[in-house]
Amino acid sequence: MDLVFGKMLDNLIIIGAILFCLGIYTVITRRNAVGILMGVELMLNSANLNFVAFSKFRWGMPDGQVFVIFVIILAAAEAAVALAIILSIFHNFGDIDVDTKDLLKE
Amino acid sequence: MTAGQILFNVVFYFFALLTILSASVVAFSRNILHSAFALLFTFWGVAGLYIFSDAQFLAAAQVLIYVGGILVLILFAIMLTHRNPREDSGQESNQSSSVILASGITVLVYIALLAVYLPVNWSGKAASYGTMTTEMLGTALTRNYLIPFEAVSMLLLAALLGAAYLARRK
Amino acid sequence: MYDIINYFVTNVKILQSIPFWMVQAAFMLAGCGAVLGVAALFAGVGSVVERNIAGRIQARYGPNRVGPWGWMQFLADGIKLVLKEDLIPDASAKMPFRLAPYFIFTVAFAAFIVVPFSQKLQIADLNIGILYIISVSSIVVIAILLAGWSSGNKWSLFGAMRSAAQIISYEVPVTITILAVIMMAGTMSMQEITAGQSGGIWRWFIFRYPLFTIPAFLVYYIASIAEVNRTPFDIPEAESELVAGYHTEYSSMRFAMFMMSEYVNVLAVSAIAVTMFLGGWQSPYPGHIFPGIWSNIEGLFWFFSKTFFLVFLMMWIRWTLPRYRVDQLMDLCWKVLLPVSFINLFGICAWMLLA
Repeated sequence: MDLVFGKMLDNLIIIGAILFCLGIYTVITRRNAVGILMGVELMLNSANLNFVAFSKFRWGMPDGQVFVIFVIILAAAEAAVALAIILSIFHNFGDIDVDTKDLLKE
Repeated sequence: MTAGQILFNVVFYFFALLTILSASVVAFSRNILHSAFALLFTFWGVAGLYIFSDAQFLAAAQVLIYVGGILVLILFAIMLTHRNPREDSGQESNQSSSVILASGITVLVYIALLAVYLPVNWSGKAASYGTMTTEMLGTALTRNYLIPFEAVSMLLLAALLGAAYLARRK
Repeated sequence: MYDIINYFVTNVKILQSIPFWMVQAAFMLAGCGAVLGVAALFAGVGSVVERNIAGRIQARYGPNRVGPWGWMQFLADGIKLVLKEDLIPDASAKMPFRLAPYFIFTVAFAAFIVVPFSQKLQIADLNIGILYIISVSSIVVIAILLAGWSSGNKWSLFGAMRSAAQIISYEVPVTITILAVIMMAGTMSMQEITAGQSGGIWRWFIFRYPLFTIPAFLVYYIASIAEVNRTPFDIPEAESELVAGYHTEYSSMRFAMFMMSEYVNVLAVSAIAVTMFLGGWQSPYPGHIFPGIWSNIEGLFWFFSKTFFLVFLMMWIRWTLPRYRVDQLMDLCWKVLLPVSFINLFGICAWMLLA
């Protein structure tokens, strides 16, 4: 069904592009490590949205949705490990400000 | 336009705006907890957009895993590493040079993405699988994509062990 | 719900002059309002019934002064709570503090959309019904964390973290048991799960492969008691240990929201257990007595009797058993319920394939 501002596929891709760019902005700008992780999650969500949109409106096969399942699973695994690392850093350094953690050896 | 079409448009653009506005709060907010809360609404918005693309199982799985799993992890991490609850300890770089650089990169990436997408004529075949059912997803996972499926379960086991090992107190 | 709408539109001629989408929207809203009313009424009456049951178990009377047999006690409690001062502590984060009770309340109600109360009485028959319920009930964790953290009180934070850890741990046996039921039914739609149990009491899923489905029901029931933070798993709200856990700092109507959402959660998990294992609205005898449209009333009667029995069982357990320690609670989940639910899943799968 066509929408007011064009086809559904165009709308979904533009939303995905905006989400991706906001994710990049979050990753570059944030000083808190958990904030950077949130930016990465935004980028993964935008890629998922792209996959699902193309799977339905262009490709016509469920393969895109299978890929999205894999991406969601991988995002969960990555978030778990990333947060474990962040907690380790917090125990060792006292804060998680990534701007101050820029030397390999203290 | 019929009333059905109006309703369709209204609901779709509601979810689209929800997603984009929450993502903006995630990106531009100074308070990390407000960002986490806005991330919740972003995930809900994306789940709503999945339903418009005939991916109901994915919408429920997105809410279940992202909101019920990843966001809970993020909230735990924020609460365990929160130093000054009321003082703005500079959650983002205040230097204008880094903000300008970040904005420049963001705009460039956006233009690049649209430059790749817009010139192509995407009108092609419509959906050829009828209505998506969970059974089709299950069939695809266990027939065509069996090896990635097993590999991902191994990876989850490795991630579980790794996270438990890394986060232990010495 | 579409059958109800079609029935009314074809029989009541005046509705045919209104555009169909308006009729549909009005019926959906009315249905949601009815379910909201029933659940909220249960939250109130349930609190009085619980106190009466608690009294009888402890060899004393429950509340019996306000109204006949004390059944208007919840109105008195409601009026008292509304008239209390709404304290917002200075050390709290204001916006999440105000938002959290309504979050929990909304999520507790959202599970009722797919519960089939009778053959035709269901608000929306999603084809991913059970998965929707699992996903919606995992949002409760976020709301509890938000409530505990935004109180600005370290006891609230401890209670919230314990509660969140408990809920996400017990979600795993719940999900595996639900997976076993989905395998037996072949579908995720709640109405079709109920329809797959038709034909009398011995066709209910709990008696289908008795060696594995009876433990599966018990695992689901115990894990869902832990999900709703009821005794013996109510460490997060333990009055004697953590003041009142994550709702320490809440007063008046916000506190009432937490209390109501607990009872609505109890009703929701009992309704889901009934639908999945005990045959939903099916009667213990095959077929139905009342003809035509009145069989809905019969289905409604059986659904509510089974649900209220499970709710009574939950209240009985609450006032009989002592509380678990946090490490005992986690041990129970990961060392007992999870292996048992895996064994049930494989046993049901093997039995289905071999029989």
